[in-house]
Amino acid sequence: MSERLHPYFRFDTLVVGAGNRLSATAARSVAESPGSGYNPLFIYADPGLGKTHLLMAVGHRALEINPNLRVEYLTLDDFVEAFHTALAAGQGETYRRHVAEAQVLLLDDVQFLAHRREMQSELIRLIDAMQAEQCQIVLASDRPPADIESLDDRLIRRFAGGLVVDIAAPDFETRAAILSMRAQERNVDFDRDVYNAVAGLPFGNVRELIGALNRLIALQAVEQSTLGATEAVAFLRGDRVSGESVVVPADAPYAVAVEAGAAAQSEPATPEIEVPGTDGIPAADASEGSAPAEVSQDEFGSFLDEVVARVADQVEAWRSRVAEAILRWEGQGYRTTRLAQLLDGDAPPDIDTVIRAYEEDIERLQAMESEAERLALDVAGSPLFRDPDQVSAAESLLQQAREGVGPPPGPSPLWRLEDLVESGGTRVALRSARSVAETPGTRYNPLVVIGGSGRGKTHVLHGIGNLLAGDPDAVVACLDAHAFTTELIDAIERDRVAPWRARYERATAFLLDDVHVLAEKERTQEELYLLFNKFLGSDRQMVFWRSYPGWSHDS
Amino acid sequence: MSLVNFTAREITCKIVYYGPGRSGKTSNLQYIYGRVPEDRRGNMVSLATQSDRTLFFDFLPIDLGTISGFTTKFQLYTVPGQVYYNATRKLVLQGADGVVFVADSQARRFEENLESLQNLQENLLAEGTDIRDLPLVYQYNKQDLPSDLIMTPPELDEALNFRSVPSHAADCLRGSGVFETLKGVSERVLTKLAAGVPAA
Repeated sequence: MSERLHPYFRFDTLVVGAGNRLSATAARSVAESPGSGYNPLFIYADPGLGKTHLLMAVGHRALEINPNLRVEYLTLDDFVEAFHTALAAGQGETYRRHVAEAQVLLLDDVQFLAHRREMQSELIRLIDAMQAEQCQIVLASDRPPADIESLDDRLIRRFAGGLVVDIAAPDFETRAAILSMRAQERNVDFDRDVYNAVAGLPFGNVRELIGALNRLIALQAVEQSTLGATEAVAFLRGDRVSGESVVVPADAPYAVAVEAGAAAQSEPATPEIEVPGTDGIPAADASEGSAPAEVSQDEFGSFLDEVVARVADQVEAWRSRVAEAILRWEGQGYRTTRLAQLLDGDAPPDIDTVIRAYEEDIERLQAMESEAERLALDVAGSPLFRDPDQVSAAESLLQQAREGVGPPPGPSPLWRLEDLVESGGTRVALRSARSVAETPGTRYNPLVVIGGSGRGKTHVLHGIGNLLAGDPDAVVACLDAHAFTTELIDAIERDRVAPWRARYERATAFLLDDVHVLAEKERTQEELYLLFNKFLGSDRQMVFWRSYPGWSHDS
Repeated sequence: MSLVNFTAREITCKIVYYGPGRSGKTSNLQYIYGRVPEDRRGNMVSLATQSDRTLFFDFLPIDLGTISGFTTKFQLYTVPGQVYYNATRKLVLQGADGVVFVADSQARRFEENLESLQNLQENLLAEGTDIRDLPLVYQYNKQDLPSDLIMTPPELDEALNFRSVPSHAADCLRGSGVFETLKGVSERVLTKLAAGVPAA
């Protein structure tokens, strides 16, 4: 039922940040190769964080790649209602087949499976049938599987056999990027400060954030003047941010950690839908004296236990190990041809070595895929990263991705250290700078200089950068913190955070001006922290400059 | 039929319920069907005449899930008991991994039990299988009937069970002995795995 997919909910309108990066990557991966990777994919998040957006984006993307695909989007309520209608019309089996024939099934609001044993059984059957045909299932819920009341363990195991991912509340930078993107879509433009100021308010989810933006757009239209950051925040502070959930307190600071506001939203009640009894129980079940359900389950369970014990006893241990390894890695979306071939023959010479070699190849693929995700998401979704027999091909693909990432912004050649005149106030800083340029990454790392504006600090920073860039192998990143944050927001907006990050990770030195600007920019700080650790761990030079009256330095 | 398909990582056991007409073979399968959780069982195929006699065969697939890395399935069949359906019995018996011989405990049906047992032996031989090599268990059904009408399990063992295979007293309509029988035959079938059944 692909016509039910909302045209807006696509990957290109999805702002990816730290909170939804994993789920978005997984969703894109299954959309681009349905049934071959994470199957089923289970996404959970508080309301308003973009579950339905992701679900529908999978449908759109899958159809873009293959317009002939049958994509079915259903909420659980739709599914229950249609199934019961079909049952009442004696068409239960036809409807089962109809749903199971979808090549991509997107099932929303599956938290409503709570206490519905019959529908849970239907879903188990559906998942099994679709997996057997290598068809993709993606499910969304407002809570993890284990928190859905009375959910059958077998369903939980099936979900765990695919991938269960959550979406967290967006961080400051993601909120700023969402506001900017949504305003552009409405052909409205606010000053960047407005986005930053509104992003600093404690909205628990994207829905509330967009609601606030809508009010600002309306206000600007009424006022017929450009709205400033202070005015926007004052307006929202005096306003109820959401009808019944979060009220922005008058004294709320601009950048406050996002509270779990969504959790305060009232949970939608589970609809009361009558569940009919099981069908087609044959004569023996209705016969006089038939055992109650619990007893019958015990009879089968006891039989099953015996079979399990017997098979475990009789199947040769090495075959079990190989079969279990196949199941494990197949479940994680890896090709297992190499292992499956072992089962065709007699005992291989050294089963431990064979399995270890296979798993080492998978570790290499995982490391490569992880790097590819940082470099370019489209490359990361390649099936080559899932085939241990194609490690060399995966390496070539990764190399191509590496070569596609440009260098970070470097120092301006206009500012050279030797042009600066040493004075009493700059002597220590300049000597430290020269020392850093002579032995980068060893003596003063990081070099942190504190100095006021208008005293040549940018000149010194770029001067160090130019000296370091003298090494032909050097890649020197040199920019101010404001530009660093703006780049990050832009990258989030364009879903290019991974390549953006990769540009800096490949630098041999990192020089950042006006680092104090990063106060209250929690996402940028997080990125800087990751970068900092990588540079420190590999003895690559870092220089930070913080604006402060007077000259002094610390290392 | 291959018991173990290593390539497909499947263990599939074909178990045939054999015995004279009206001894309770279909009742065994019906009882099992009612006790297997919905998601573990397939549709039970039952081709019966208007008088509820099995015309061709009953078939009940059971999916036991993944065991030791192998997808494990049981396929339960019955054969038509009436003498004139021997061609069908031969067909169903082909590739059986195990057999449950369902005997009618009524004294008046003793001869039919004996004939059916001989028929089983002949049909297996025709297929090139020695009954002594096949996992086989006996089930003495209808033990709930008045004692003056039936033979006791020891009496039936004495009269029918020449090779002392495991036997189980049963009342299939109420389920007594049904799963014990299934367990018994499964144990013997799966034990054959150790003997090294050729892969598919």
